[in-house]
Amino acid sequence: MSPERMGIPNTANIHIEPATVNDPDDLWGDSRVIVNIGPTHPAMHGALRMVAQLNGETIEKSYCEMGYTHRAKEKLGENRTYHQFVVYTDRLNYCSSLLNNVAYSLSVEKLMGLEVPARAAWIRMICAEMARIIDHLICVGINAVDLGAFSYFLYGFHQREEAYTLIEKLCGARLTTSFTRIGGLMYDAPDGWEKEVKAWTVETRRVLDEMDELLTGNKIWCMRTKGIAVWDKKQCVEWSVSGPVARAAGVPIDLRKTDPVMFYKDVEFDVPVAQNGDVYDRYLVRMEEIRQSLNIISQCCDKMKKGPIWVDDKRVRIPEKEVVQNTMEGLIHHFKFFMTGFDVPAGEAYTSFEAANGELGFYIVSKGTPRAHRMRIRGPSVWHYQTLTPMVQGYKIADMVGALGSINVIAGELDR
Amino acid sequence: MDIRALVTSADAWKAQIEKIKIKFDSSIEEIRLPGIYPTDVPIIYVKGNALTELLMFLKTDQILDYQFLSDLTATDEEVQPRFEVVYNLFSHSTKLRIRVKCRVSEGQEVRTATAIWPGANWAEREVWDMFGIRFAGHPSLRRLLMDERWEGHPLRKDYPLRGYQFFQTSQEVDTKNLE
Repeated sequence: MSPERMGIPNTANIHIEPATVNDPDDLWGDSRVIVNIGPTHPAMHGALRMVAQLNGETIEKSYCEMGYTHRAKEKLGENRTYHQFVVYTDRLNYCSSLLNNVAYSLSVEKLMGLEVPARAAWIRMICAEMARIIDHLICVGINAVDLGAFSYFLYGFHQREEAYTLIEKLCGARLTTSFTRIGGLMYDAPDGWEKEVKAWTVETRRVLDEMDELLTGNKIWCMRTKGIAVWDKKQCVEWSVSGPVARAAGVPIDLRKTDPVMFYKDVEFDVPVAQNGDVYDRYLVRMEEIRQSLNIISQCCDKMKKGPIWVDDKRVRIPEKEVVQNTMEGLIHHFKFFMTGFDVPAGEAYTSFEAANGELGFYIVSKGTPRAHRMRIRGPSVWHYQTLTPMVQGYKIADMVGALGSINVIAGELDR
Repeated sequence: MDIRALVTSADAWKAQIEKIKIKFDSSIEEIRLPGIYPTDVPIIYVKGNALTELLMFLKTDQILDYQFLSDLTATDEEVQPRFEVVYNLFSHSTKLRIRVKCRVSEGQEVRTATAIWPGANWAEREVWDMFGIRFAGHPSLRRLLMDERWEGHPLRKDYPLRGYQFFQTSQEVDTKNLE
């Protein structure tokens, strides 16, 4: 295959403007080269593409491309029932699929005016926080791997596997959980599950301290991350950056505090905020958020009580197998539920939830049918990936890898 | 129980709505308040010629202070005018949200919000890509998710669900896009 057909630019035809500023690190005079990084490159997290014009090793100009994992989720949302769409939310941010499940269910429930029972809400909160911890462990771990700290990553990865085992006990799946239902949960938590979760939080806290000792004061890590890819408070607000990236720059907004759904009002936790907005501060904020999430989980485990997990509403509640197999009405109800779905009253709502990466929003417009008229998914990664080009301008290409890891762009959520 | 029962009243926005009404009286087509319409926050329908002024006012006014653009998207309503461009705004100080909508017919342009929020750039590219609504004054309005060679706009209601298009080669590098 010729280089052109593989998408590699034919540099002979590309006109590059002569340099205006001399880079002291440029050993080859004022040479300019255009490199194409991705869509399949080990340092790019998922199928992302960046085209950069380099002066020596410094990125002078660049642009990013996305859409390689586009699966038309918003179109599917208009062509699937609300119940069927739960499985598609797993594939948004696949590092924290439970969080997406929870956020999606909350948004449909808001449209229908439903509120799940206490036990379901506590289990959902544990799920959401576990997913957040998994996502943060992966993010800081891979960020460190990209910059050369491999063993650090394995510490986090082990705890992540332990968390997945707990999630497997809950719903039978590890990655694509599809755990929540509109108005309830797939299954109740097994007996003694919360004790195991609590033991896991204790262990994770210990491992987190070890990870801290390994990396936080590490001289190489500090040199590679401090002052790199700075994105300040004003820029975060202007560019719609949310979540840990914005909090690392001093934006003290956490949607769990500003719009406390479920029982976030009744648990104690702090929102870590840093000032510098560089790669190092994003790392620190994520590490502290893991600790706060562990706090929330252990409080949830203490406060959780036995009780129903389904809202008492015939429209959304999936009929019990006992009823379906023994009564005619139950069978018809079951058939109608899965074949045609339930009607959601006409209306529209934008529901946002603090996902691991930032504000995950579902803007649903319903016309009173079982399928949404518009299912807009606001993934935080789109808005974060957009800032990469101006963020890394003037930095070295190796810093771009660190910056990309720190904003934690997940291709599933980016391309939807 | 529907959404009207959930949102008790629009009191939180009352003073704000009055303020907006006074300033943009002639340019506002309609205001839909929660409690009357099934919506979670007030929706302001604004005419295209005053859209950017209203957004700028909402962002910079000291009391309203909607400085965070949560989301920018569009819907295909299948009536005339066909599309609605939707701006979901969030205030970090008052913690309130508000929604601004602008009705556009097919082929009509909307003024870009990139001068107000530089972050609106990609969202507007996505709206162009998915709905075919052009934004006047956008710095580089090209497709975001689909390939540059793609024909049609997938999220329009008349676009088929399985409207696949295949390309043998990946998109060429275009040095014009370097910024």
